[in-house]
Amino acid sequence: MNYKIVAITEAVILIAVTAGFAVYGMYFTNQPIRLSGAGATFPAPLIQKWSAEFKDMTEVQINYEGIGSGGGVKQFTEKTVDFGASDPPMKDSEFSATPRTLHVPITIGGVVPIYNIPGIPKGLNFSGQVLADIFRLNITRWSDPRITTINPGVTLPDAEIIVCRRSDSSGTTKVFTSFLSDESTTWRATYGAANVINWPSQTVGGKGNPGVATAVQQNPNSIGYVELSYALESNISYGTVQNAAGKFVEPTLETLAAAASAVSLILPPGDTSWASVGSYFNLHNVEGADNAYPIASFSYILVYKELNVRSGMTLEKAKALTWFLWWAVHDGQHYASGLSYVPLPQAVVTHNEATLRMITFNGQQVNDWT
Amino acid sequence: MSQHKKSQNFLSKLKTNPKKRFSEDSVFRTIVALIACNIFIILGLIIFKITQGSWLSIQTYGINFLWGTTWQPFPSNPNTPPIFGALPLIWGTLITSAIALLLGVPISLGIALALSEFAPKNFNYVISFFVELLAAIPSVIYGLWGILVLIPFLQNDIYPHLQAVLGFLPFFQGTIRGSSVLTGGIVLAIMIIPTVSAISRDVFAAVPNSQREAIIALGATRWEKARIVMSYGRSGVVGAIMLGLGRAVGETMAITMVIGNSFNMFTSLFEPGSTLASIVANEFTEASSPPVYISALMEVGLILFALAIVVNASARLIIWRSTRKIKEVEMF
Repeated sequence: MNYKIVAITEAVILIAVTAGFAVYGMYFTNQPIRLSGAGATFPAPLIQKWSAEFKDMTEVQINYEGIGSGGGVKQFTEKTVDFGASDPPMKDSEFSATPRTLHVPITIGGVVPIYNIPGIPKGLNFSGQVLADIFRLNITRWSDPRITTINPGVTLPDAEIIVCRRSDSSGTTKVFTSFLSDESTTWRATYGAANVINWPSQTVGGKGNPGVATAVQQNPNSIGYVELSYALESNISYGTVQNAAGKFVEPTLETLAAAASAVSLILPPGDTSWASVGSYFNLHNVEGADNAYPIASFSYILVYKELNVRSGMTLEKAKALTWFLWWAVHDGQHYASGLSYVPLPQAVVTHNEATLRMITFNGQQVNDWT
Repeated sequence: MSQHKKSQNFLSKLKTNPKKRFSEDSVFRTIVALIACNIFIILGLIIFKITQGSWLSIQTYGINFLWGTTWQPFPSNPNTPPIFGALPLIWGTLITSAIALLLGVPISLGIALALSEFAPKNFNYVISFFVELLAAIPSVIYGLWGILVLIPFLQNDIYPHLQAVLGFLPFFQGTIRGSSVLTGGIVLAIMIIPTVSAISRDVFAAVPNSQREAIIALGATRWEKARIVMSYGRSGVVGAIMLGLGRAVGETMAITMVIGNSFNMFTSLFEPGSTLASIVANEFTEASSPPVYISALMEVGLILFALAIVVNASARLIIWRSTRKIKEVEMF
């Protein structure tokens, strides 16, 4: 009956060890402050980097789940998280459901046309109109005069264009199709702008940025669109896009920051609806946006203006949350370019400072950072 | 204590208390029956929930959902209601599954026959091990392999030749794309091989040796022996194929990664397409509004479920009919 003794001993040891860990966890460590957030997948790596660094500094633990912008707004509206995150700002209907919401832009995203044409390096010129015509399969060959006239000196092959795009529901598609809708009335009338649109049936859909990038890399003479950070980090050719000032601008961290600086002049106050900012920065009537890349947008953290609406909120937690956000828009920005994110320009940081000063808990300002 | 003594002890205990024995029996029977009934509850709840979820869509689109060829959750004009029709999805599911069976079944039967009739024992173990390993690979790995290895290979080395030879057929015309219906079917074919071959092998192994001995004694060749074995195990093989079909119809992750995900009533197999499962995988995660959008995706799930029931029921029917035939033959 040896095995019985062994089994009992093992069970006892197992229980003792588990109980030991539990007791250790309960009595011998400080209860850390825990905060939870959920939302967009695009800024998730940056927010997770921030929470790791912030935990080293302060012991405050921030759990962020990248579940998608739609889910982020939903959970934020239902008050099941301490903060939400979304790529597009809240729609007017969503904002009126939770009117005391603060929009805090935390980083900038950009959508980039990528292509694979044998022998053609990066830097092919595109205008919004040409992109719209390509993606609705009205321009079907690379040698089409509409493409060649804006690319003087480049010999493009007389080959059929294979159009690749996102198959999953995606904010990247929303940003890109919003841009196309503003640039082409035909596009607006036929396809519109949404996370999922009714693409022409001969286009190839890939799941996620990697899916589109792989489809483009595998199909000669293809075109697609991906998030800028993805284009920068994968070895793939991407084009320049004509902006509102008529200049063809290469997408870089700098030209995206230039777009954000330009738009910062027309940003609404943090506690009002940001729906007017739209899915991407429409800089058609903005001065001084010559070097701005045209398909750029913010990614936002959503915070309750009065934090006591979230159950379980304490003054201690409220202080930790506001401190984290303040740190994220200031020192946290240093981590951005290392991860191919665009750091916020100073004008936007100043705008965010005013927004974060509005946060209250039980009617009292949480932090004034004077 | 020896095993023999133990069982004697147990028996004598039972004999002393026959009444208790029977009550224990009925308690045990009730418990097991209740556990078995769980399957009805689970299945019933699933059907109920999916139907409930898709009710809005069923009410809005009715039977047209099955014929419609437009899938537009967010129409370009925000004032027009969304439109959903699932025909291209059903078409994509049926065609990819058909390609999978067409390519996968002959290979699977070949493997099964080789294992049960021709291969030496040691070789048999090795092959069986690897075939079963194929079944253990997660489908997302098949998808990755499909994108990174299979697509470039097919697109550059196979499809152009295929088009050169069979290009006169409408299924092989048009621009060649790696992410296409044909690639989806080929990946599915590989994925159903372990299921179909493992079950067929067991079926062939179960054919009584007396049958083999009899046919060999009559002077049959090995091929003729194999034919007898196949016809003897026909019902089991059909069952195996149907199980493979079930896997092909419901496969989600791998096919989503290689099929090109286009809402398309394709005629050429080089065109991108979609299946019932792939559209749910693509669009369910962020489908928060409008409510009819989620409902339409649920209805796609309902169709998939109905398809699975039809496939399984017809498998049962075929098995039942062919076993009856064998029994009739045996009577004479």
